[in-house]
Amino acid sequence: MKGALRPEAAAALIPEGASLMIGGFMAVGSPERLIDAIVARGVGGLTVIANDTAMPGKGIGKLISAGLVARVVASHIGLNPETQARMISGEIECELVPQGTLIERIRAGGMGLGGVLTPTGLATEVEDGKQVIEVEGKRFLLETPLRADFALIGAWQADYVGNLNYMLTAHNFNPIIALAGRTVIAEPDSIVPVGVIPPDAVKTPGVLVDHLLIRAA
Amino acid sequence: MDAKELIARRVAREIMPGMLVNLGIGLPSMVATYVPASLGVFFQAENGVIGLGARPPEGMEDRHLTDAGGGFVSAVPGAASIDSAMSFGLIRGGHLDMTVLGGLQVDEAGHLANWKVPGKMVPGMGGAMDLVTGAARVIVAMQHAAKGQSKIVPKLTLPLTALRRVDLVVTDLAVIEPGEGGLILRERAPGVSLDEIRAATDAALVIPGEVPEMTLAD
Repeated sequence: MKGALRPEAAAALIPEGASLMIGGFMAVGSPERLIDAIVARGVGGLTVIANDTAMPGKGIGKLISAGLVARVVASHIGLNPETQARMISGEIECELVPQGTLIERIRAGGMGLGGVLTPTGLATEVEDGKQVIEVEGKRFLLETPLRADFALIGAWQADYVGNLNYMLTAHNFNPIIALAGRTVIAEPDSIVPVGVIPPDAVKTPGVLVDHLLIRAA
Repeated sequence: MDAKELIARRVAREIMPGMLVNLGIGLPSMVATYVPASLGVFFQAENGVIGLGARPPEGMEDRHLTDAGGGFVSAVPGAASIDSAMSFGLIRGGHLDMTVLGGLQVDEAGHLANWKVPGKMVPGMGGAMDLVTGAARVIVAMQHAAKGQSKIVPKLTLPLTALRRVDLVVTDLAVIEPGEGGLILRERAPGVSLDEIRAATDAALVIPGEVPEMTLAD
């Protein structure tokens, strides 16, 4: 862990056209201050890999509304009419992935696996263009791994070495994307002394985290 | 009692003690209202909680605890919070006893379409494909018809959700069990005749000798 950054300094690490995995489920568990700083910086052409695009004015929805996103890989965009409108106009390219497949593709990317075999999506539109592999008499789709330039994490607590934990339904994609981003930036609600998060309660080891966001003003 | 309440009360009777159950957003989520706490059922919300509870008292909501629709919820004693890989591991791995989902169409093969209306509604499948693929029991809770059109059809015209045949369809008119030989009419809604059900259904129904009226949860 390299230290704590101001939101604008963290956003400055992200270049035009970068790929971002962003934690959150309908913005619950999303790094809101970091997203605000990216919007303020205004770098465009981003690829966002996340469960959903939240709604206008919240979480990833703010990146969509600002016109910074060129490509979305998500399981659900139904509660953000702006994402749908920009997809239909061709401004955003959208790849829709079943939620359980999306998280496993990210896990595979982060854990060094060549992909995952899942029965989800067989015989549906999701199968189009994919390899079907039979294992012990059962058919599976081969789904390829996902990685990204950055993983942007919303956490509950961080300690001084970057160990993270999460609260309730704010876990969602956060602990998994922590392995799949080449640079990992975490925005915790609070930063606590080493030892306050006991080893058994650490969900993301600090060795995976490159930068923390400084505390909220 | 309106149509949605009738469907929710009938589906509630399918839930057995100690089950782990996932309820979809909208109509399916109403089912929880009719499941007594004494059954010891755990409800899963796929965004990351086992042991979903009712909305907390006004002013006590927490932004870190919502259901899959983003609404504030609470958690029951014994609840566990989980990440998305665990959540979908439970679903896909056969650990989820039952899912109740909404539907756009069910056909004579028992196939479900519930995630896309091409050119009109492309919200994404979210967790629906994993739920139908992996849950031990899949129940579709939906209105029998939409805008006068039967949602029980000979063959799906909307995109398929999963290859798996659903286990039960509960509508405001009937309970239908898809099987090898087609759609078996198991129950009628209170006061609804076989002729009314046949007239409202585009698909062929297999009608056994006895088709009793539904019984509903309190």
